[in-house]
Amino acid sequence: MSNTNRIVIIGATSAMAEHCARLWVQGKSVDLTLVGRDTQRVERVAADLRVRSPQSEIGVTTSDFLDPTAIRNTVDEIAARGVIHTVLIAHGSLPEQDDCQDNLEVCRDALEINGVSPVLFAEAFAKHMSQNNSGTLALIGSVAGDRGRKSNYVYGAAKGMVTRYAQGLQHRFANTGIKVILIRPGPTATPMTTHLVGKGPRMASAEDVARKIVEAIDRGQTNVYVPRKWAVIMLIIRHLPNSIFNKMDI
Amino acid sequence: MRPVSAWGRLDAASHDVVSLHDPAKIACQITSKPRGIAHGNGRSYGDVCLNPDGVLWHTTGLNHFISFDQSSGRLVCEAGVLLREIQRLVIPLGWILPVTPGTQLVTVGGAIANDVHGKNHHVLGSFGDHVQRIRLLRTVGQTIECGPQDNADWFAATVGGLGLTGIIVEAEIQLCRVAGPWLATDTVPYANLGEFFQLADESEADWQHTVSWLDCLDARGRGLFMRGNPTDVCNRPDPQSRKRTMPIIPPVSLVNPLSLRAFNMAYFHLKKWRAGQAIAHYESFFYPLDNILEWNRIYGPKGFYQYQCVVPRDVGQDATRAMLGEIARCSEGSFLAVLKTFGERQPVGMLSFPRPGVTLALDFPQKGLRTQMLFDRLDGIVREAGGRIYAAKDARMPRSLFEAGYPRLSEFMKYRDSGISSGLSRRLMGS
Ligand SMILES: Cc1cc2nc3c(=O)[nH]c(=O)nc-3n(C[C@H](O)[C@H](O)[C@H](O)COP(=O)(O)OP(=O)(O)OC[C@H]3O[C@@H](n4cnc5c(N)ncnc54)[C@H](O)[C@@H]3O)c2cc1C
Repeated sequence: MSNTNRIVIIGATSAMAEHCARLWVQGKSVDLTLVGRDTQRVERVAADLRVRSPQSEIGVTTSDFLDPTAIRNTVDEIAARGVIHTVLIAHGSLPEQDDCQDNLEVCRDALEINGVSPVLFAEAFAKHMSQNNSGTLALIGSVAGDRGRKSNYVYGAAKGMVTRYAQGLQHRFANTGIKVILIRPGPTATPMTTHLVGKGPRMASAEDVARKIVEAIDRGQTNVYVPRKWAVIMLIIRHLPNSIFNKMDI
Repeated sequence: MRPVSAWGRLDAASHDVVSLHDPAKIACQITSKPRGIAHGNGRSYGDVCLNPDGVLWHTTGLNHFISFDQSSGRLVCEAGVLLREIQRLVIPLGWILPVTPGTQLVTVGGAIANDVHGKNHHVLGSFGDHVQRIRLLRTVGQTIECGPQDNADWFAATVGGLGLTGIIVEAEIQLCRVAGPWLATDTVPYANLGEFFQLADESEADWQHTVSWLDCLDARGRGLFMRGNPTDVCNRPDPQSRKRTMPIIPPVSLVNPLSLRAFNMAYFHLKKWRAGQAIAHYESFFYPLDNILEWNRIYGPKGFYQYQCVVPRDVGQDATRAMLGEIARCSEGSFLAVLKTFGERQPVGMLSFPRPGVTLALDFPQKGLRTQMLFDRLDGIVREAGGRIYAAKDARMPRSLFEAGYPRLSEFMKYRDSGISSGLSRRLMGS
């Protein structure tokens, strides 16, 4: 098994992550560890991947996603099983902005699951990767993290934290064997966003986004917007002066 | 609420769309809502997969394989898996879906609910003939496991049951052995319907797949008969599939008597010129249109109908000739006129469409009254011949013709789920 690509996915039941996994096992044998919160849901993803790629090794682990000790133990256990080549941290949940404003518990939960939790996982993996001086760590951020907007700034704030964190990690691992990749998807059609279909811009499919993520990881591109047009859109949004930005209903 | 239309794009009524993506959650999703209907990949042409102003349960999130036994060819998967996913997975492993329709962009649930047929009906029947087990979830929360042996009555109601007996959550399908992705094909031009029937009779014993394209503007019924058999050639590179999208919805239908005549003429003569034997990849032979995404836009903003009927073989030739006569007379019709014979086998489902006979399928741009009047005349011929119309393609047949065509309808009604309703069920069954 030593030549087999070893990949770990945190939040493996997320639609994007799952499509990445399907691409990774396509026609190849990989050693894949799926980490999720709910055994039944992760097992469903694993069973599907085993049918797609009987020759691959598909392992399943569950963990608490908010407890630092549980996160540390989960990551240590996975790392103890051998050198990890790629980690994809993909979990998240899209809260209603109004609910976050009304209910501080919802607000805190949204900040923790979209911001704190990915950072803790990444930090735990970073420790092992720095010991081996190798590996690729990919984090899924969001265009929502580029500038706070009234329609989803709590989610955006958490994703902004991931962005800033990834920048720091990229700086830390510059000139080492470790690659840190930040992927910022635009609105993507997933079960998390079905209620938004038809309300905003046309959404990218989770499959297409996954294809771009897998490509970015293969090529070692460090900062990726998918679809690419979002790089331009966000460049403009980030630089709009407040006087204009504040008039926009976005 | 948001607008959703079916493949014919006749209208885009507003629907409350609910995505079913977690099998563990479906029960509470479908019980806690007003009446809905399952919607697979929306490849039905009319209102069988719609529920205007009501709930639509999108099933494409149920897209997981569950198990595959490579030695027996038994595949278990969730109902939202696309047939294309299955084909691409299993063909390299030496297995193939026994029956598929003319597009592989349909879900397993949709293929069961319409009991779809392919080019090999005369050999292998329809999709439901190969389903071994269905897990059906009713809106009262009850789960029913059914198959050809267990709960066979539920199985017969659900195969071809137009989504009205419950939500199909998963299914087990028996696949067929296949040597590889290639077919040995043969294209034979024919000058009239008599020749078509002769070719069909001659070909059925030796060819697994048969279908014919018909020049619907030619009242004699000239066309091209295409037949194919799996082959074990394997020293060919996989074709590169090029995807094209119809980029816009043209303001008017691009299908008009002039373009139609030109296309049919060109298609017939080009193909005739290149007729004969060839080796074809299964995707281009079975699903020629799948690489042209959204080709349904060509009919413009008003959309189009497909008219597909089957009439018994003994009156098949006369009835088909009469229908072609009507169509040619008003210069209507489509690029895609398809004529095929069904084999001598009774379908599994109470409301399955295929029955022994000959089936004709044509697209018609929606032109209001003019189109309706043509359909009335075609209906008359079908009724007279003792035939039936395919619900998957329908958006307008009169209730009396539905009742006449589907004699097991009253038996079927006992299995309906009272929490489920569609545009079609209200139109043809009253609720
Ligand atoms: C280019 C083209 C070629 C075609 N060729 C053929 C052909 O050769 N032969 C043929 O038979 N048909 C053919 N069809 C029609 C197509 O095969 C059927 O309409 C098929 O049922 C579409 O499947 P879908 O997944 O898109 O389902 P939809 O169209 O979304 O739904 C079809 C029916 O299935 C029900 N349904 C879907 N999922 C479920 C579920 N999980 N549980 C319960 N009910 C469910 C829906 O309620 C509805 O009644 C063709 C269509 C196109 C566009």
